[in-house]
Amino acid sequence: MTRLLVGPFNRVEGDLEVTLDVADGRVASAHVNAPMYRGFEQILRGREPHDALVYVPRICGICSVSQSVAAARALADLGGITMPANGQHVTNVILATENLADHLTHFYLFFMPDFVRPVYASRPWHAEAVRRFTPQTGEQVRAAIAARQRWFTLLGTLAGKWPHTQSIDPGGSTRAIDAAERVRLLARVREFRRFLETHTYAAPLEQVAALDSEAALDAWHHSAPLADPLNGDLRFFLTVARDAALATLGAGPGRFLSYGAYPQPEGGTALGAGVWHAGALSPLDPAAIREDATHAWLSDAGGPQHPRSGVTLPEPDKPGAYTWNKAPRLAGAVVETGAIARQLASGHPLITDLVGRYGGTVYTRVVARLLELARVVLMMEDWLRAVRPGEPFCTPGRLPDEGSGAGLGEAARGSLGHWISVRDGRIANYQIVAPTTWNFSPRDAAGRPGALESALEGAPVRDGETTPVAVQHIVRSFDPCMVCTVH
Amino acid sequence: MNVLWLQSGGCGGCSMSLLCADTDDFHGQLRDAGIDLLWHPSLSLDSGSEVTALLGRILDGDLPLDALCVEGSLLRGPNGTGRFHVMAGTGLPMIEWVRKLAAKARHVIAIGSCAAWGGVTAGGDNPTDACGLQYEDDVRGGLLGSDFRAAGGLPVINIAGCPTHPSWVLDTLMALAADGFTETDLDTLGRPRFYADQLVHHGCTRNEYYEFKASAEKPSDLGCMMENMGCKGTQAHADCNTRPWNGEGSCTRGGYACISCTEPGFQEPGHPFHATPKLAGIPIGLPTDMPKAWFVALASLSKSATPKRVKVNAVSDHVVVPPVARRTRLK
Repeated sequence: MTRLLVGPFNRVEGDLEVTLDVADGRVASAHVNAPMYRGFEQILRGREPHDALVYVPRICGICSVSQSVAAARALADLGGITMPANGQHVTNVILATENLADHLTHFYLFFMPDFVRPVYASRPWHAEAVRRFTPQTGEQVRAAIAARQRWFTLLGTLAGKWPHTQSIDPGGSTRAIDAAERVRLLARVREFRRFLETHTYAAPLEQVAALDSEAALDAWHHSAPLADPLNGDLRFFLTVARDAALATLGAGPGRFLSYGAYPQPEGGTALGAGVWHAGALSPLDPAAIREDATHAWLSDAGGPQHPRSGVTLPEPDKPGAYTWNKAPRLAGAVVETGAIARQLASGHPLITDLVGRYGGTVYTRVVARLLELARVVLMMEDWLRAVRPGEPFCTPGRLPDEGSGAGLGEAARGSLGHWISVRDGRIANYQIVAPTTWNFSPRDAAGRPGALESALEGAPVRDGETTPVAVQHIVRSFDPCMVCTVH
Repeated sequence: MNVLWLQSGGCGGCSMSLLCADTDDFHGQLRDAGIDLLWHPSLSLDSGSEVTALLGRILDGDLPLDALCVEGSLLRGPNGTGRFHVMAGTGLPMIEWVRKLAAKARHVIAIGSCAAWGGVTAGGDNPTDACGLQYEDDVRGGLLGSDFRAAGGLPVINIAGCPTHPSWVLDTLMALAADGFTETDLDTLGRPRFYADQLVHHGCTRNEYYEFKASAEKPSDLGCMMENMGCKGTQAHADCNTRPWNGEGSCTRGGYACISCTEPGFQEPGHPFHATPKLAGIPIGLPTDMPKAWFVALASLSKSATPKRVKVNAVSDHVVVPPVARRTRLK
């Protein structure tokens, strides 16, 4: 048995360290360390509740809007505030802009570059990977950064800036848009659609969204246009995934959590909520969430807590601890969250079929993300068309001096929850459970490893590797955000 | 110019903002300016041992470091150990890495308000003992000390902002790469003057409302946000309304107050961010360089002269009363 200490892990958001015990060329066990603590939950205590809207986006520079939306929902829950239809549509468009930009950034800048590594030099697709995905010089990397820059101009108009907008309010959006602006915003969405249909898919978005099985995906992979399995970056990924056996790499816990994404004015969410396990979806029960701090450098007094009453207090010398991250569990179980969970909870036939065959793996996580990218652009066009210029975008409401609220939603990386309680007009407690808090959780009191920790078990380690490439694929397939994880 | 970029007690948002730079070829623009990104947490292939080897070459003097960019505040706690951020894979606190690398760098640059002053991470009772590279809020010192100068002769360059604007960073790096940046280009807080000599108020699209003190009263109103909504645009040093964000944006254009995120200590204003603190009905924070008596006199005069159009639109989320269009041959 040899031990590898892997880090700094880049092309994830924030800092990450993984300790691997390796035997017979495979990872025998893994411990995941989120090595940075800032203490937002401590900093928020004692503040005026509305101040959360300035503080929480700054938890994370890549999921900033997701944090704002969760806080605004928690405050709306606290104050019994509902937003008008326009506010809901614009909030959804703002959040979707960030979530899709994150999917794009993950695929082009964080995940695909690992395939240009010399370890793959003998593969028939390697030269093409180098041409497309070499950081800083790759043709598709540069094109994706340019497309992302244009895409975020949606938020210059709708949210003033990105990241760290304050336009997201419990009562809606602070920036009303008029009819002419809406026309312009729709043109910007079409511009991004053109990038995706040319570069990412080499196919219409509707065609990608309609893929309904692995057989359909395989047929699409080897079909038009130009009958080239490398045509478009998704087909290129599928070629690589087949060759590198990504479908069986990095299997997660098999239980998937979604809080539901993009609430609609008429009720329900555009992407479903629930817990998917062994082929069936069951309803979400937020009361069954507990955070276990046994192996975190944080106080675990009182045992696992629901975030409503959770505590975050550093204990840097705590024996047996190896990360700043707590271990959230749902009804005692380890869950995985992300685009794959949302697509399962929405009953999308392609992802249901793929997960039925392989489970949550490197391959299925990446396909789910790219499928969602195509699907949500189409939704955004509908939401923008549903905006009624001239009608209200924001309904102001007062926050009570006493009470509590919860704000659940979906960031690009998965389920994000905020829980606030207020006493004498000040924040008495504020707890945040972020997507990567779930996915990269440490062991709990029962010794059960978190989702990534178990996904890494069995990963191949080649002779002489100090930062095993398979481990890098598995880690990045979750699209981790470490600054959200601990906050 | 060899640039190394490290992140510590922040959110990574300044890097994410940087990628929104107004160019159709981000990396091409850097390369054309002679900027070589040795390593960046989001933009480099190197991971794990490849990175620690690179850092070792810099410390050994085998690889010249022209600019050390640090994003995020420096976490000195607990008890001065720096263990709130131990750089992954190294067992060494990030504050130690920054101290050692800063000693090798020709220029040291604080990317964003966290690295400059401590910022949001130093909010509340500052549980991690966070500070900036050369400041702790507005007090000189910070991690590197008040007397620190990098090998190139300059103190820490503070590209403050939360996040910082992509072109504040690029314009600074490109000027440094062209040897066109000197101490006279820094303001008294070490910020590049090309943006810090401006006020957010300059170019604000709500200026007509400001002139008439026609004020917004609730979120999404079009009026001036200084009187009620906590806006500090008339005091905050930055060019956000003449150098817009993400195309045509700025905080005030997005319908919310400037919170003066380029200023030290902005994270603890001593009042709720979204409400203007007042004394006897007058905002405490007056426009920069404006005597209070004149402000009060002008405000009451302009309020009494406010046209109906401006008064009505100020408390609406869209233009209810358009400007009259009956004139021709305007003089």
